This record gives sequence, structure tokens and C-alpha cells, in this order.
Amino acid sequence: MDFSFTAEQERFRREVREYLEREVPPRWKELGYLIWEETDESWDITRQWNRKLGEKGWLALTWPRVYGGQERSHIDQLILDEEMARAGTPTGIETAITIGWVCPTIMLFGTEEQKLRYLPDAAKGRIIFCLGYSEPNAGSDLAAVRTTAVEDGDHYVINGQKVWTTVAHRADYCWLAARTDPDAPKHKGVSMFVVDMKSPGITVKPLINILGFHSFNEVFFDEVRVPKENLVGQKNMGWYQLAVALDFERSGVGTPARMHRTIDRLVAYCRQTRRNGRLLSEDPVIRKKLARLSVEAEVLRLLCYRITWIQEKGKTPNYEASLTKVFASELLDRLANTGMEILGPYGMLDRGSPRAALRGEILRLYLTSPSMGIGGGTSEIQRNIIAMRGLGLPRK
Amino acid sequence: MELELTEEQRMLKTAASGFLKKECPPALAWEMREDERGYPPSLWQKMIEMGWTGVMVPETYGGIGGDFMDLCVILEALGEVCAPGPFFSTVVLGGLAVMELGTEAQKEALLSRIATGECIMALAADEEEAWCDASFIKTRGLREAGGYRISGTKLFVENAHVADIILCVVTGPAEGSLSVLLVQGDAPGLRITPLKTLAGERQCEVVFDRVEVKASDVLGEAEKAAPGFDRLLDQAAVAKCAELVGCLQTAFDMTVAYAKEREQFGRPIGSFQAVQHHCADMLIDLDGARFATYQAAWRIAGRMPWSREVAVAKAWTSDVARKVTLKAHQIHGAISFCEEHPLHVFYRKAKSGEVAFGDADFHLERVAGGLGL
Repeated sequence: MDFSFTAEQERFRREVREYLEREVPPRWKELGYLIWEETDESWDITRQWNRKLGEKGWLALTWPRVYGGQERSHIDQLILDEEMARAGTPTGIETAITIGWVCPTIMLFGTEEQKLRYLPDAAKGRIIFCLGYSEPNAGSDLAAVRTTAVEDGDHYVINGQKVWTTVAHRADYCWLAARTDPDAPKHKGVSMFVVDMKSPGITVKPLINILGFHSFNEVFFDEVRVPKENLVGQKNMGWYQLAVALDFERSGVGTPARMHRTIDRLVAYCRQTRRNGRLLSEDPVIRKKLARLSVEAEVLRLLCYRITWIQEKGKTPNYEASLTKVFASELLDRLANTGMEILGPYGMLDRGSPRAALRGEILRLYLTSPSMGIGGGTSEIQRNIIAMRGLGLPRK
Repeated sequence: MELELTEEQRMLKTAASGFLKKECPPALAWEMREDERGYPPSLWQKMIEMGWTGVMVPETYGGIGGDFMDLCVILEALGEVCAPGPFFSTVVLGGLAVMELGTEAQKEALLSRIATGECIMALAADEEEAWCDASFIKTRGLREAGGYRISGTKLFVENAHVADIILCVVTGPAEGSLSVLLVQGDAPGLRITPLKTLAGERQCEVVFDRVEVKASDVLGEAEKAAPGFDRLLDQAAVAKCAELVGCLQTAFDMTVAYAKEREQFGRPIGSFQAVQHHCADMLIDLDGARFATYQAAWRIAGRMPWSREVAVAKAWTSDVARKVTLKAHQIHGAISFCEEHPLHVFYRKAKSGEVAFGDADFHLERVAGGLGL
């Protein structure tokens, strides 16, 4: 058992930390945006940042060189993710979607030509994918997608509707799940496509999220023609490819790193804030709540490390990624709520308000937190995966 | 980074688990609650023969020279079957106390006797007004011609009734000083009363009524034991976590197996999402306990600063011990409420492990201090 990093890995950590201290744009820090908070301005900052990381080779650290990567280890990736979260670098969910989900799936199931067409550009931060998964009647039951892709000469013609499509209004491509065999059982008739978002027939309509930002969309496909070479992997095997892709999610180690940062801010707040005759840091209830969060974030960090270690051994995590996600989601809810409890009436003050505490960050976190247990497979679905795939409990 | 046991540790674990599952069913711990000793001497003898008592004893003193992680591997196996006996009080508390505090001569004399199983030990630290915190100990060691005289009452002393040596933690003469004295189990003036415990462990009240100890029976340096004793308590807390991880693993395995075979409404109850989600939650808790415990054990084995990691491990493991075994009962249903079903032994052991060497509240306060609160 050895939880340590090699001297070389520690050197890389220092290199990353020094770079981030120097390079994170001041305006990004000023904005203080969390996930799902996005404007034209913040989008420009994150795009520029990704190109900068791409030039350094840090956007796709572990990928093969031929696809624009550095062929570095998963542990180096973990270090990079941890330091970027700690430093609060400009990032949004689109990077996780593109680099973490879509591209690794293309790498696994795509043709050489497909890989060379998308991966090097993604690794340089030049292209962004959105996920065409959910539909009005296909959420947790993803295999129920109704959007169709019908062969017509050397094209497929797409018709249907996607929903909750994050950054569809800005993405270059859609990674689309569509039904290619309407007569097959639902899991066996789905295929995956790369669809150019500039294609005629695509209409994107904004949905405003509960933080007041435009991140979600409805996407309508009306007779959208997609070249046949854009089908990735085996026809009608899309659902299985997609299920594998969910395991590719990176360690998620950024989440505990961000949580520790928030806990540190709450600790600092408690040390300098007096309420009803004493410092908040002297209140035994608050001490216990923050300590418990710190313990839980530490356990989460270890569970994330385990995922990296499994990947480092050349294996694909099984139930472990689901386990980490469900724990992380619910811990985020607890962290946000504890933060609100500690701030009390100040927790009700939003960013930009006079007398807002911690720049309204906790209020924003509280609004953000329900999303984590919903997107990317709900906590209920994750628990099903742990039980059935991890523990072999029966389906019927 | 290497997040699994070494090949040797895996072999040690497999051998230990295999032996214990054969020789020591979980029901044994409960059957032994009324036994005079509290364990079958034949079982203890076999553990000695397999070298477990010498797991951390250096080879020069007749041990196998392993480290704290090796010790945790054996503790996990013992926890898997809730094994009764004096292993924890002798090898963990006694052995580590000698290693932390003893002089070279004491190490040679005592560690070799621990390894050969000739010496059962007990640690007398807690008192009516002192729990897991040596600074509140009142039992005094008064210096007398040629030695010490101990007066005071110690509580929750596991295996005092069978101990060859009781390590008594005393304060004085200097205010706030701490010494650990080696008291022979049959010393005049000792009064040992077994207590009746939740999980059947043999805890005792030990009254020291002007018990005499020779000057040479101070473990290490007199009045300077406080830092070493704190290190001992930290290691004991993690050792208890390792035992709990084993205990929870079995309770969990039993539960998943039961959920697969027990049928209601014409299908296995493990096919119901309500049951599946309980199982998933148990696995989150258990995996977390395992890694938090391993991390703390790794730091101890490498003698790295360990305070935060120990507190994290014991706070988390204490909490989930209760949660996991409670869910195990819930999924088993009424059958597990019967004494003949072994699950209650794990439920009992989980609670007693939760409390031992500081529960979650105790360790959370340490974490809070470490955060700067």
C-alpha cells in the first residue's frame, strides 16, 4: 500500500502549480463562476484557456501523441486535474464532455480516419462537442431514444428532438445517439453519430437553468443529413458503446479538491465572524459539521485516487466510477447546505448584493448542487449500476 | 502509488482468513462470553504457532519483522470472524506500547515473550473521568524506596483477568507527567472485576490498591511517556479500524448473499431497488472505510505525520460501522434478530469498535482543530 507520488510526479505537481498561479486570468477569478454559469465573456475565457492548455499538451495529457496527446500517465492526469481544481482554472462542463467522454469513446470505437479528424483538434482545444443523449422521453431510460437516423444513399437523415443539451448553442459537433433500427429491442437499435452543428435542419432553442444562465438547450433535428462516415463504431451497438463511455469519466478528483477549497473558505469565515457573542469557529456544532465534511471530502479523494490507480493498471473501472459519482453528488449537497447553515441570513444574499458573504459563492453552490446527482446518470441509476454490475444483484 | 496489498500481504491475508473461517466461526465470539477466559486457549495457541503474535516483532527478538500494515492485515482477518482472544490487547496495545516506549532491554525481554505467546498483556489507561485522553488520568504512581506504589481505579481494561502483565498508565509525581508501569497480573493489591459488555469482550475494572512496582518496571523513561502514549492510542485507533473493516466486510458479504437468495413476491429481494440501493450505500461506506484505514496505516508504517489521517479513518469508520451493520439487519429481516443468527455479533462488534479509542465525535474534534477551527 503506497499513497505517495514519485519525486518526478511531485516535480510535475510543482510545475503545474507554479504555472497556474501565474497564468489563470484575473478576470476569470473576478467572475467567480461555478459550473453551469456561462456568458459570452466566460465562454471566450474558457476557450482561450483550453487553447493555451492544448498548446502545452495539457488538455489531453494521457492520449497517444498521434492524436495530440502526451502519452503521460493517469497519475500525471490526476495531479493536473487536482491542481487545476485547486487553482480554480477557467473550465466548464464542455471540456469534460469533449475530452473526458466523447473523444475517449471515439478513440475506442472510431476508425483511424475518424480519430485523426476529431482528436487532434480536440486536444488543441479547437473543437467542442455537445452530448445528444437525453430526449423528452429518454432520461434515465436512455435506451428509449426516439430520434431516428434513416439511411438515404451515402447519408443518414436525422429527425427528432434532444433536450438538456449543454452548450449546444456553442458546440462545433453533437455526439448523437439515434435509433437506426426501429424494430430491434430498444438497447439494440441505437447508433452513435458525430453531427456538425452547422448542418441545415438543426434548430437550437435556449433553456435557462436555475442559476439564471443559458447552458441548456433543446435541439431539434429536421431532415438533417449526416454523411455515413460520421457513424462511429458498430451500427446498432451505440447503447453499449455509450455505457462503456460512462466508465471513462476521469477520476473526478477535481471535485474533492474544490470541496476542500470551499471548506477552507468556510473555516476562514468562521474564524473571523462573530454571532451572538462568540466566534462561529467556537461553536461546537459548526466545528463538527465542517470536520465531518472534511473527512468525507478526504474519503472522496481516496476513492477518486482508486479510479486513477485502476486506470493506471490498464483496467477499466467497473462500479467504482458510479460509486464515486453518487458519493460526490450527495456530499456536494451536504457541503452546500452546511455552508448555507453556517452563513445563516448572509447565505440568502446573492453574488453582487451588498453584504454578500464569500461573494455569494455558497448560495450559487447551493443552486448548483442538485445538478450533480441528476446529470451523467442519476444517483439512482448509479446505485443500480453498483448493485447489478458491482455486486451482481439480480435484475429480476 | 500502489493501492493494494503486496503479494506477501495478500498471501498472509488469504492464509489468515482461511484459517479463521475454518477454526473460528463468528458464533464463537458470542459463545465465549460466559467462558471464564473468554476464548479457547487452543485457538490462541494456533495463532501463536502461525506467527501472528510476532507479526511486528523484529526477527532478532523471534518475530517475523513485519510492519504496521502487516499487523492490519491480520486484524482485518480477525475482524472478519469477530475472533475472541487476547490478540488486540497483547499484540497491538502491549506490543506497540513496548515498541514506542520501552528501553532496548525491555524490548528484547518483552517482545520476544509476546512473539512466543508466553505473555498476555492488557492496557490499563481509561478511568472514571478519563477516556482516550491521558491528561485526565488520576491514578498516581508514588515514588517509594526502590520503586513505585500505584493507587487508583482503571476501567475498560480488556483481558486484565488473563493478563500476565498489565500496563498501567499513571501520573505523577510531577504534575501532568505520565508513566507506564509494568504490573504483574498476580501482583498483591490488584482487584480485577470483569464487566459485562455489549460484544462479549472481556473488559475489566482494575483496582490498584497500593500495588508495588520495581523501579526497573517503568516502561522506558519515568514521567516522560506522554508523547509515546499518544502515538500508541493513534495506532490503536487505526488497528481498531482495520478490525472493523474486516467485520463490516463479512456483514456486507452475508447481506449481499442473502439478498440474492431470499425470495419474496416471487423474486429475490436483491432485485428490488430499495434493497439494491441499501447495498450500494453499504459498499460506499465500506470502500471508504477500507481506503481511509489503509491510508492511515500506510502513514503509520512509514512513520510519516499521521494525526489527520488517523482521525479521518477513525471518524469515518466509526460512523459507517453502525450504518453498515444496521442496514445488514434491515435486509436480513427478522431472522437476523434471532440469537442463533450470527449477524448480531457483527452489530455488537461494530458498535464496540465504533466507541473504542474514540468515536466519530471525538475524532471529528481533532479534525476540526487541524482545520484551524
